[in-house]
Amino acid sequence: MTAAPTADNGTPPLEFFLSQLLTGLASASALFLVACGLTIIFGVTRIVNFAHGSFYMLGAYIAYSAITALGGGFFGFWGGVILAALAAGLIGVAMEMTILRRIYHAPELFQLLATFGVVLIVQDVALYLWGPEDLLGPRAPGLTGAVAMGSQRIPEYDIFLILFAPLVLGVLWLLFHRTRFGILVRAATQDRQMVAALGVNQKWLLTGVFFLGAALAGLGGAIQLPKGNAGLTMDLGIIAEVFVVTVVGGMGSILGAYLAALLIALIRVFAVANAGSSLLGIQLWQVELVLIFAVMAVVLVVRPWGLLGKRETLTGHHGAVEPPLLAAPAALKWFALAVLALLVALPGMAGTYSLVIATEILIFALFAASLHFLMGVGGVISFGHAAYFGLGAYGAALMVKHFAWPMEAALFAAPLGGALGALIFGWFCVRLSGVYLAMLTLAFAQIAWAVAFQWIDVTGGDNGILGIWPSSWAATTPAFYGLVLVVVIVMLLAIRRIAFSPFGYALRAGRDSPLRADAIGIDVRRMRWFAFTLAGLFAGVAGGLFAFLKGSVSPDLMGIPLSVDALVMVLLGGVQTLAGPLVGAVTFTALKTELVSLTNYWRLLLGLVIVGLVIAFPQGIAGFVRDRFMAKETRA
Amino acid sequence: MNRRAFTGLALATGLTAALAGTATLAPALAADKIVLGDMNSYTGFASFTIPYKQGWELALEEINASGGILGRQVTVVSRDDGAKPADAVTVANELVSREGATLLFGTLLSHVGLAVSDFAKQKKVIFIAAEPLSDTIAWQKGNRYTFRLRPGTYVQAAMLAEEAAKLPAKRWATIAPNYEYGQSAVAAFKELLKAKRPDVEFIAEQWPALGKLDAGAAVQALSAANPDAIYNVTFGPDLLRFVREGKVRGLWEKRPVASMLSGEPDWIDPMKDEAPEGWLVTGYPWYAIDTPEHNKFRDAFQKKFNDYPRLGSVVGYAALYSVKAAMEKAGTTETEKLVDAFADLKLGTPVGPIVYRAIDNQTTMGAYVGTLTVKDGMPRMVDWRFGKGEDYLPSDEVVRTLRAKD
Repeated sequence: MTAAPTADNGTPPLEFFLSQLLTGLASASALFLVACGLTIIFGVTRIVNFAHGSFYMLGAYIAYSAITALGGGFFGFWGGVILAALAAGLIGVAMEMTILRRIYHAPELFQLLATFGVVLIVQDVALYLWGPEDLLGPRAPGLTGAVAMGSQRIPEYDIFLILFAPLVLGVLWLLFHRTRFGILVRAATQDRQMVAALGVNQKWLLTGVFFLGAALAGLGGAIQLPKGNAGLTMDLGIIAEVFVVTVVGGMGSILGAYLAALLIALIRVFAVANAGSSLLGIQLWQVELVLIFAVMAVVLVVRPWGLLGKRETLTGHHGAVEPPLLAAPAALKWFALAVLALLVALPGMAGTYSLVIATEILIFALFAASLHFLMGVGGVISFGHAAYFGLGAYGAALMVKHFAWPMEAALFAAPLGGALGALIFGWFCVRLSGVYLAMLTLAFAQIAWAVAFQWIDVTGGDNGILGIWPSSWAATTPAFYGLVLVVVIVMLLAIRRIAFSPFGYALRAGRDSPLRADAIGIDVRRMRWFAFTLAGLFAGVAGGLFAFLKGSVSPDLMGIPLSVDALVMVLLGGVQTLAGPLVGAVTFTALKTELVSLTNYWRLLLGLVIVGLVIAFPQGIAGFVRDRFMAKETRA
Repeated sequence: MNRRAFTGLALATGLTAALAGTATLAPALAADKIVLGDMNSYTGFASFTIPYKQGWELALEEINASGGILGRQVTVVSRDDGAKPADAVTVANELVSREGATLLFGTLLSHVGLAVSDFAKQKKVIFIAAEPLSDTIAWQKGNRYTFRLRPGTYVQAAMLAEEAAKLPAKRWATIAPNYEYGQSAVAAFKELLKAKRPDVEFIAEQWPALGKLDAGAAVQALSAANPDAIYNVTFGPDLLRFVREGKVRGLWEKRPVASMLSGEPDWIDPMKDEAPEGWLVTGYPWYAIDTPEHNKFRDAFQKKFNDYPRLGSVVGYAALYSVKAAMEKAGTTETEKLVDAFADLKLGTPVGPIVYRAIDNQTTMGAYVGTLTVKDGMPRMVDWRFGKGEDYLPSDEVVRTLRAKD
């Protein structure tokens, strides 16, 4: 079986190849527009902007409404497209001025949390304004036909797209090299402090950058309307892809983004054209799910800063230097004991459902603590931590399903699954740094996800594995809660012990000053690799417990949304304290569960709460409490 | 505390307090009402699930206006299942443990439906899997407590294969989303078409990831393979892009297409006058069905919502009436007796009478198959006929080999 042209249908291979090339170029253009906006924003502000996909989606919706209102036609269509880009830019400005401006001095990555809140808000606002149905995009007047190329036809709009992206690239080049604004942006990309020292008003520079970036995303959304639709899944549908393009190109490099978009689009077209070909028994379409992530992994392993990216300057932190971790003061220890007593007494007081939620919260607290161990103690950011959670869950579930292991034995397979995955993936990841490292963890998580999704005979494919219920002694809700409580407490104490062990100190030295740590003989890379493996192990334990709580596992457990949830929990609680992830896990899980039962507009409320918390506690909730506490100590 | 911290904190606490307040109110009203738990992907797949919700809302209003079930009023507690199995199990737990739901119904995605069905089996709670299409729910992973309402992929593929066999086309290409629904829809169609037409061969296949169809490339690959006919299982935004790109590139010219679900207004109406004419589809011609039971349903629906029903609305409506029928047959709301009452339970729905088969807990709800065309700027099915589920479901012997043992 093959989808490649054969002699009996008369398409000459060269002609087919050329038309494929053009198709690839056209889809690269739309991708480039969105990605270059992201890369500009990141280059200057260092903000990992999750809301970029939301600007893209809003661009499409606004263009749809504007074109309909203007009545179509040449001016209606292009007027609508331009209006949409401007509107998306202004929405970006609004986000920057009302939210981000307040938290530029928060620790690294914290702004990501705010943009995540904005994503949630925009999803529900778009649902409210435009309704649930997909809106078919209007066609571009005068570009609705196709040009014949032998037996193949190339849509006219594709040709327009192919020409449009280099045009935008050229305009951006002029903007950045021939205007004062552009020169300042480039200077700020290199060294923001220096630009500020020279008396440039940073506020407006950053706002301008956000306008430009968001407008480009909006333009990307508007310009793809003739090829498709405006719909509610556009934001999350494109965001991972755009990050991949940005990272492959090198963050901050516009030309890099264009090259990466081309590379990815062409590889994808080639894969679709040869969907039926197989290698080692794996067919190409089965790999298609993760093709772009695999490409990114390869690029990053070979070129750790993307195609045209520059080595990140070592002054990655733009907040204050992180204070050392302190052993908890006596008051906090008493508080922790009181919480523990409450948890032990909980089955006597709470109903079944509350206990189920408490169990879930405990598991997520361990999961968040494992990520925090990597991020807060090890200084290694992971965007793909769900991989190890999922590997743990699958490790346990596979033992139950294929070898009929009882729960007690299967639970030991969970940490092994998580640790083994982390050991292998970690070896590659710790060779990188910063956002590139984070994106490589994401790539590996996606690869693990795709294996779970596609290896149907073993993993059950997208339906997952069912019937993973606890042994009879732990089958009741209070009993299972007790089991989880014991395991989680032991694991949390172990994490704490490790953080204050010599290994933990070495790890923290590597986080705060890799150069000095290196100089005193600490092998920073190896320390990070061990930390990675340990974090995977703890996440695996959490995953194994989770499988028995839910009774089933599915590839969703390794998906991007769960990785993001873990990140949100850690950031919400505060990266700089060991209690942070626990506070974050409790806050996030409890809030989300309650809001889901309250309303179908729970995303809007959750987003608002997160944005509110971000503004109130730029150090995270636990960080805020600690700062208050420490401030008192020094005053006394 | 500075002003900034205060504003943010006030916002957060205000919202938290608001929801804490509503949370404590909920359990009080459970006393003599029948509480049912509904869950579906209301945020993830709003375009399909909101019409579904309107369907059961209409049924709920009618049932309560005519005295409820067994003389008791009915309340439905509805939740978003987050389109994820793990979230759905949490919600199922909440509905059963906190809200005191007698039984559960709903879900759209197959893997979410499966996770909830396993929960139902474990906790011995009835679950009516209203919308999932995967036949695994009724067969390979079926259980005593799970009932499936909608006709699954097998029945729909069988109806399309029957029509497709009448075409002269010999060389077929397929395109389907890469997950269980797409895979089983293609497998069933291939098997059934080959049984009727041994001369047919399948020469090319495309398996785009759901929601990520690269339409230009897929259309190009399919044209290059030059099949006589195409079998499509994509839907939603993928379908919109696929149809449009295929039209511009001439893929549909002189090439018949058999397409799963594409006659359902839920998926095809967004295409308006660009709907692909001449496609052979399964769907729901709400505008043309002229039976007393459907007219009554349609009029009531349009009166209540000022909108026309989608197929999801029929499913939601029938789901709640299934509950009513089962409870009245059992004379109680007790789970084990209800399960027994579901065996060979008969009831009327807007699309005709259905039976919950004792052999696999699957209903005999049928589907409409016809040809797509455009009338007054909207997609319409013409030359359609209704196929009863019992005529297309596999024989009892086959079902027995497929069905999991309880």
